[in-house]
Amino acid sequence: MSASALETRGRAGASLRLGLAVVAALLGAAALSLVWTPYPPDAIDVPHKLLQPSFAHWLGTDGLGRDVASEILAGARVSILVGVIAVGVGLVFGVALGLVAAAAKGLVEDAIMKLCDFTFAFPALLSAIMLTATYGPGVVNAIVAIGVANVPIFAKLTRATANVVLAREFTLAARAAGRGPLGVAFDHVLPNVAPALIVQATIQFAVAILAEAALSYLGLGAQPPQASWGRMLSDAQGWMYVAPRLAVFPGLAIALSVLGLNMLGDGLRDALDPRLRARG
Amino acid sequence: MLLEVSGLAIDLPSPAGARRVVHDVSFSLAAGESLGVVGESGSGKTMTALALMGLLPDGAVVSGAVRFEGLELARLGEAEMQRLRGDRLAMIFQEPMSALNPLQRIGAQVAEPLVLHRAMAKAAAWAEAVRLLDRVRLRDPERIARAYPFALSGGERQRAMIAMALSCGPKLIIADEPTTALDVTVQAKILDLLASLGEQSNMATLLISHDLAVVARHCRSVLAMYGGTLMESGPVDAVLRRARHPYTRALLEARPRPGAPRGERLRAIAGVAPPSASALVGCPFAGRCPLTLDVCRTTPLPTIEFEAEHRVRCHRVDAEGRLT
Repeated sequence: MSASALETRGRAGASLRLGLAVVAALLGAAALSLVWTPYPPDAIDVPHKLLQPSFAHWLGTDGLGRDVASEILAGARVSILVGVIAVGVGLVFGVALGLVAAAAKGLVEDAIMKLCDFTFAFPALLSAIMLTATYGPGVVNAIVAIGVANVPIFAKLTRATANVVLAREFTLAARAAGRGPLGVAFDHVLPNVAPALIVQATIQFAVAILAEAALSYLGLGAQPPQASWGRMLSDAQGWMYVAPRLAVFPGLAIALSVLGLNMLGDGLRDALDPRLRARG
Repeated sequence: MLLEVSGLAIDLPSPAGARRVVHDVSFSLAAGESLGVVGESGSGKTMTALALMGLLPDGAVVSGAVRFEGLELARLGEAEMQRLRGDRLAMIFQEPMSALNPLQRIGAQVAEPLVLHRAMAKAAAWAEAVRLLDRVRLRDPERIARAYPFALSGGERQRAMIAMALSCGPKLIIADEPTTALDVTVQAKILDLLASLGEQSNMATLLISHDLAVVARHCRSVLAMYGGTLMESGPVDAVLRRARHPYTRALLEARPRPGAPRGERLRAIAGVAPPSASALVGCPFAGRCPLTLDVCRTTPLPTIEFEAEHRVRCHRVDAEGRLT
């Protein structure tokens, strides 16, 4: 391996490690909030509102006296829930559609891809607002809306990479061994497109966290008293000139999570790139 | 006859409409026999093979008849073809590098047809795959079965491909330039292996190659194709020693000769291979043949059998096999 390739691997490794550390911290915070938070995240304590950060309240309290640190920990839970389910929905349906499109070709492929274009034409946030306007605001509807927006992204990526894999001779060899087109798609093509999907999944995870924050900020996602970073931002707006830190802490949590996930995605892409992989 | 092909024609879709890449090809192959198909790139060899397997690209239209073990392949549905492929009809590909799934262990890939066609359990199929790898004379088959394709040499990979093709004991194996990507010494070993395995299990071989020497050594009979048309066919000895078709002769003359003086140029066939055309009426070689007459371009080719099984398709050859 050449010196520059080694260097690239070194940098990729750093991004991967840093991204992993941030994502692990995010997961840790969410897990911890299930069993312990300094205060109940939804406990209103008006006499102690707008306290400065202290030993008793690490990040201070908000306009209703809720402990900000507890809310941030509990908010991580919502972010991860939304990310995992929305990306999961996108992966399951998107990959299935993309593989079927690539394997079937012809009219089926055209129909699936036109459907994806149609979904794409709707801005994700707009369709989420439409959905919550129809079925009422809430985390579940936000998840569904973000998940549906993910489906065409994964379908298009899967089809495009699957078509590259299908052009390779081993898929024809598998057909010559007696596999059907769908068997080849799921057993032989899917593992070969998985690296691209994993990278895209981490990036969509970050996008989902941002989308949930945006929806909750608009009052269409998590509803009080459920803790959510976007809802905290929205609450902080009223105290902008009195206690700007109330917007800073959830904002930092969102930015750090998204940055960590993107770094993880970048690092994974470099690590999974066969051009950089050492030959055995 | 194990395999009978008559009047096979293949049209492939193209932006400019259907393109006929194989014209009126007929041949037959008995059980346990070996048949070589020679021709330059674009002569329709691979398309003919894929048509036999039923694996032509989407939109391809096949006409003519292919009978395999008495079955009319064109009448079989996709599900029936799938049952045939990898079981009684197997194929080996040109590039052992790309014909194996890089993410699956060799053992699993060799075992796949057994799981599909013999309903074997994974463990039993794996054990059988190790036996097959041993049968294609791979050293340390246990280790090879556990290895991924990247860890194997080209020759080892091609042996693994052969093991995979042999797994269900096919009646016919189609080898599409199986050794083109390999070194000459490895090439000979692989072809010898294929020939001896064929003899052991009475398996017929259809060997596609652009190398006349390979076909001469490993096949009993040979077909020469040009521009999707069958030019000359017959027993290897007869065709190579008493070639009648101007194309076959030109092909033979284009071979490098051992002992030729240094710096001597190889004899090439003048002109370039024509693009495949749907409207071809006469001989596809007419544009490059030194003996072309008007009749060559305007009249469909006759088939002349001037000695036992030695057939030639040329307007310039008479019933006794003399050039006119």
